[in-house]
Amino acid sequence: MNVFSFDNTFEGLLTLIFESYRQGRFPDEILSGEGSPGVLFGSTILVETDDRKAERVWKGIISHSSEENAHRIYRVFLADIRDTPLLLAKFICFTIDSVKNEETNFAEPLVLEVHKIHQKVCKEAHRVQMFVRFQKTIEASYYASFAPMYDVLPLCIPHFRDRYADQSWIIYDLKRNYGFLYDLKNVSRVVFDELKVNTQNGQLHSALLAVDEILFQKLWKQYYRSICIQERKNDKVHRQLLPKRFWKYLPEKGIL
Amino acid sequence: MISESSLEKLKILAGAAKYDVSCASSGTQRSNTNGGIGNASAWGICHSFTEDGRCVSLLKIMLSNYCIYDCAYCINRKSNEIPRTSFTPDEIAKLTIEFYRRNYIEGLFLSSGVLVNPDHTMERIVSVAKLLRTEHRYNGYIHLKAIPGASPQLIADAGRWADRLSVNIEIPTENNLKLLAPDKDFKSVLEPMKIISANILESKAERKIHRNAPLFSPAGQSTQLIIGATDDTDHTILKLSSALYSRRDLKRVYYSGYIPVNSYDTRLPVLNAPPLRREHRLYQADWLLRFYGFGSQEIVNPENPNLDLELDPKVSWALRNPHLFPIDINKADPAMLLRIPGIGTRSVPLILLARQHQRLNSTHLKKMGVVMKRARYFITCNELRSQNIQELKPELVRQLLLEKKAIGNDGAVQLKLFHPMMPALR
Repeated sequence: MNVFSFDNTFEGLLTLIFESYRQGRFPDEILSGEGSPGVLFGSTILVETDDRKAERVWKGIISHSSEENAHRIYRVFLADIRDTPLLLAKFICFTIDSVKNEETNFAEPLVLEVHKIHQKVCKEAHRVQMFVRFQKTIEASYYASFAPMYDVLPLCIPHFRDRYADQSWIIYDLKRNYGFLYDLKNVSRVVFDELKVNTQNGQLHSALLAVDEILFQKLWKQYYRSICIQERKNDKVHRQLLPKRFWKYLPEKGIL
Repeated sequence: MISESSLEKLKILAGAAKYDVSCASSGTQRSNTNGGIGNASAWGICHSFTEDGRCVSLLKIMLSNYCIYDCAYCINRKSNEIPRTSFTPDEIAKLTIEFYRRNYIEGLFLSSGVLVNPDHTMERIVSVAKLLRTEHRYNGYIHLKAIPGASPQLIADAGRWADRLSVNIEIPTENNLKLLAPDKDFKSVLEPMKIISANILESKAERKIHRNAPLFSPAGQSTQLIIGATDDTDHTILKLSSALYSRRDLKRVYYSGYIPVNSYDTRLPVLNAPPLRREHRLYQADWLLRFYGFGSQEIVNPENPNLDLELDPKVSWALRNPHLFPIDINKADPAMLLRIPGIGTRSVPLILLARQHQRLNSTHLKKMGVVMKRARYFITCNELRSQNIQELKPELVRQLLLEKKAIGNDGAVQLKLFHPMMPALR
């Protein structure tokens, strides 16, 4: 059994593929991160991330399928689920070994599985665009916390950067403890050691909020209540469209 | 200015606007400009969902709920004794920007009761859009209501600032409209639609010559019909929608199940509950018109003037046309695939691509998202024949399909419009 271990980065996964082909050994199991129980298997192959090797595999994927397919693989990687690295490794090898471009062969289980996870990841990214709620701070910048199911913040940044170009903002992933900060010029990745946020609802400490922030949250909540037609209440559809896991971050659903 | 006292105004004016069902924010792709705020995303974004299961995409609000008209179906009619108030254009603009900056909304949908006269009202509506676009440098979505009877010049102004304009027809036939809304007639409603549609065509033609020619209502126009307030049949309604789509190039016709807001008015029917099931079937039929290549005559016609409330309109159509089935999944052309019950706009592209690689069987179809419990009676694929509509006859298939969904919910189901990010296919 071939067990590989890598640093859980996308470049690391691509390097892993490179090493597989070089050594002629393909993964049956992939361990990610530091805590891998290497001793247990004795023969774990440790992959050292190498950007040049990763680049070659990236280009290989594009030449055997398409650029879109390569980006799709990246987005599926962001699903951040335990089994995706192995699935992707198999999918990449399948892509590279195929004579024809197989990316649209949805009757092939590997292709369909990747397609399905891809749709889930895109949906979650879209939900970040839908449900992120900014709070205005005393410095007149805007802060939002969120905890997406998959690691999709990187996919959403271009959208927020274009839309909110004239306000500085931070979007922070509470689950993965990192975020992105936009300072009216550039977007950079940030990690806060000490976050002045109520992790229960993503609200900043009240001392940090702009004076009129609570008023606008109240107005929004009032609007949300008034726009609902009571005669048409439909709880099932409501929960389908607005899953409960998001409620705590939404002012309109909060107790304020 | 916006303050605690705005809460009450917001309550009244949002409550007054809630019966307008349009919430689309799609149809315009516009990037932010230097130093401005906002963009418009082509596929639209919903930002929340109310407890009635409708999406909240726009700040849907009325400038004022004072009105000089007395339409029987409208909560804001002159003769109703309800709290009345108005926002100033400044207040609406400020509220829009503040909500927008917090990612609460995708844009503004502004409507108004008719104050003084149609022109005066239209002027105020237009001034809000102008304020947002110029002073606030706002590039997000704006949907404005065109007031029936407003001058062509004002409607043209509105189209310069807005992404979408709409005029609500509300009542699908002229006689019923005159009965329920004595101040309106078909001409006053259809005339602005004609002006909008002419302006859109003109702007499109100009932009082919000059790339920077001004846009006019780039996300098109829409309208709304109230369902169940009159005795009009689905045939009448869908014929009207279909004509609007083809002749006036409308982007959407919305159907709003009548909610008895003025139950004292004897011109209106007494309803126990809003006709949500019928509204849902009409939306399904509307989808068939716009995305599935159906003609309105195929869905409803003088022999079948109303939609079947128990089965969706595509199944009903298939049961009336058994001679067209079964269809071979591995050979049929895309237009025909789309007409198979249980197969939709998501699975057709997958089928078309996948069948270039190998012949497909029912297991493949199921995994691709085809609803086999419906489709099975109407298809053949790469395996032994199963019992299809030819052997079972339409009556029995109908029975079988009804048994399967005996425990359906009666609620309105929000149709999913688009997959947000482009999936595997372009």
